[in-house]
Amino acid sequence: MITDLIDLGPVPDAWKRRHLLGLEDLSAEELTLILDKATIFRKAIDEGHRKIPLLTGKTCVNLFFENSTRTRTSFSLAARRLGADTVDFSAGTSSLSKGETVIDTAKNIEAMGVDLVVVRHRTPGTPHLLSQNLDCSVVNAGDGPHEHPTQGLLDILTIRQRLGRVAGLTVAMVGDIAHSRTARSNIWGLKKLGAHVIVCGPSTLVSPRWQELGVEFSYSLDAILPRVDVLNLLRIQFERQFTRPFPSVREYATLYAMDRQRLAKTKDDILILAPGPINRGVEVTPDVADGAHSAILEQVTNGVAVRMAVLWLLAGRP
Amino acid sequence: MSRILIQNGRVIDPSQQIDRVMNLLIEGDKIAAHGAHSTGQEMVIDAGGKIVSPGLIDMHVHLREPGREEDETIRTGTAAALAGGFTSIACIPNTEPPIDTQAAVEFVRDQANRADNCNVFVIACVSKNREGKELAEIAQLYAAGAVAFTDDGAPVYDAELMRRAFEYCLMFDKPVLNHAEILELTKQGVMHEGLVSLQLGLGGIPAAAEDVMVSRDIALAEATGGRLHIMHVSTAGSVEALRRAKKRNVRVTAEVTPHHLTLTDECLRSFDSNYKMNPPLRSQDHIQACISALADGTLDVIATDHAPHAQEKKMQELDLAPFGIIGLETCLGLVVTKLIEPGHLDWPTALAKMTINPAKILGISKGTLDVGADADVTIIDPDVRWTVDPAKFHSKSTNTPFGGWVLRGQATTVIVGGRVKFTR
Repeated sequence: MITDLIDLGPVPDAWKRRHLLGLEDLSAEELTLILDKATIFRKAIDEGHRKIPLLTGKTCVNLFFENSTRTRTSFSLAARRLGADTVDFSAGTSSLSKGETVIDTAKNIEAMGVDLVVVRHRTPGTPHLLSQNLDCSVVNAGDGPHEHPTQGLLDILTIRQRLGRVAGLTVAMVGDIAHSRTARSNIWGLKKLGAHVIVCGPSTLVSPRWQELGVEFSYSLDAILPRVDVLNLLRIQFERQFTRPFPSVREYATLYAMDRQRLAKTKDDILILAPGPINRGVEVTPDVADGAHSAILEQVTNGVAVRMAVLWLLAGRP
Repeated sequence: MSRILIQNGRVIDPSQQIDRVMNLLIEGDKIAAHGAHSTGQEMVIDAGGKIVSPGLIDMHVHLREPGREEDETIRTGTAAALAGGFTSIACIPNTEPPIDTQAAVEFVRDQANRADNCNVFVIACVSKNREGKELAEIAQLYAAGAVAFTDDGAPVYDAELMRRAFEYCLMFDKPVLNHAEILELTKQGVMHEGLVSLQLGLGGIPAAAEDVMVSRDIALAEATGGRLHIMHVSTAGSVEALRRAKKRNVRVTAEVTPHHLTLTDECLRSFDSNYKMNPPLRSQDHIQACISALADGTLDVIATDHAPHAQEKKMQELDLAPFGIIGLETCLGLVVTKLIEPGHLDWPTALAKMTINPAKILGISKGTLDVGADADVTIIDPDVRWTVDPAKFHSKSTNTPFGGWVLRGQATTVIVGGRVKFTR
């Protein structure tokens, strides 16, 4: 049995959820369960297991209403490694352009015999809307600036692997907090697991009201650098901004780009994450992005492991 | 001549400061006498334990006809009004085409007569085609029976046009009703901008977007001597500006909806589009300010902003779903349950805001039980508990967030022009 081989066991009874819509409503126990299982999958990947057929006969549809290469590929790979069939659906080639509603589209796809729908959409709450109208499992692969739970999980998994723990760490999310689903999922997940979170960026993108949610805020990257354990450098979401929240990219970079000079001010074992795709030279300079403190590519590998864990937990019961 | 004697009810008529148990006699289509006794010749309605009010008036109703009959028609909308206890409604002109011509006003009035449910008063456009560029033919609209003017759905944006509207309406002593919103601040907004929108990542509609426009409108009304009515007030800032303006005797009135008094932005956590309206559901501090303003008279009117949308339109992603909810059939129950029962308003104050106050603002001879007045009467059971079931609504649409709520208070008999039009 492959499950014996990778020491996974059946889907634990403690896992009760049918959907993964966000990290905000997950408990610390649920988060830890996913991370533990993802760790096992990561080990299996590292050991060269390309097929772990736990979802044989299941069908997983990537329902992406917004462009994505990385996340969609990661979900597809995760599903295939588990032996599931995967189908990609993109809004551009669908009947959405014929006026069909998103619920009808999803119901039609479900009616073809689908076990899992992985949905990405520009609008917060659309995965929730689908979960209320579908019988199959729904995984949120990003809903506007709201949540991107598997991204949050893979970031946290990377932190746990590199630094050995999450509780007690100080993690700074830097940049376009206002428009970032990655920031939100990280914030909820990290706080549940006992980390201290700082949101840092220009005052047009970072609200002081985060304090009311137990999150520190800062406008100055330089001020917080000496005391952070992890920096998560968010991409500027040019496509989600209606008015430009800062005067120029150049000015932004002078204040927030993570470069060699700033790196010198950090702790020696600083961990640098970026959810990618990165704007090189804006959020991070190439030398830092490709340097020893960066875990950017490791995040990508962990992404597959986390998604395998999530898909298996949601659809892995016989 | 038909005669109806309403016996033993608690008659509350804020227009005359009446609040006592007495009989009320209707002859033909008029109120004939207070304190009359049965002669055995009339239809008798026993109103023991009930409240007898001037027929309720809702001055903010979207009837959707012409153009969007899939959402509501004048027939279904007026039926919903009766079921909610309203004997008169004023309809908003953002139809397709908009009500900006004499013919359009007459069409609505004709359809209302054919439906023969409640009275329908037509509010017409401020600007031609609701485009906010040139004044509509207000004198002719007035002649056709328009009772007020608004471009609601959108604000009158151009300050010069608003100023001219105030000035021009002076000739007819009619108010301009404005939807107060600074549009640059609300682009892509879906909900109140605050802690909840920060958490959900949903586009915010800041309170300041309303506050700024209310202040502009007050300044223009003050400068021109024109009559301003602010629709669906939702912010503490608006309330404060209105309170100050009223102290200076600016001719300004304002309304608030039941949902802005009972629901907060927390509801959006469900991502249910039945919580999406414009102005948006605000945070608790704004609600408290609105309730206080209702109690102290800063807010004159409770109006529903009844905004029907067919189910397929609301069942969409939150950014695509249209703003608005229906309100005619839940208004009275919400007022009783959430304003009167907790002691925020007493019955006469609450009923004034749904009878004589809107009547005065619109300049219509309604909202009173004075002898000789039109016999529009709503009899209310103040104690009955009922569960909101949208499937039983008379409205063509069911877009309400109040489904399943248990409310207290319901209209049991609705009399329009001396005829019993609704009983339950």
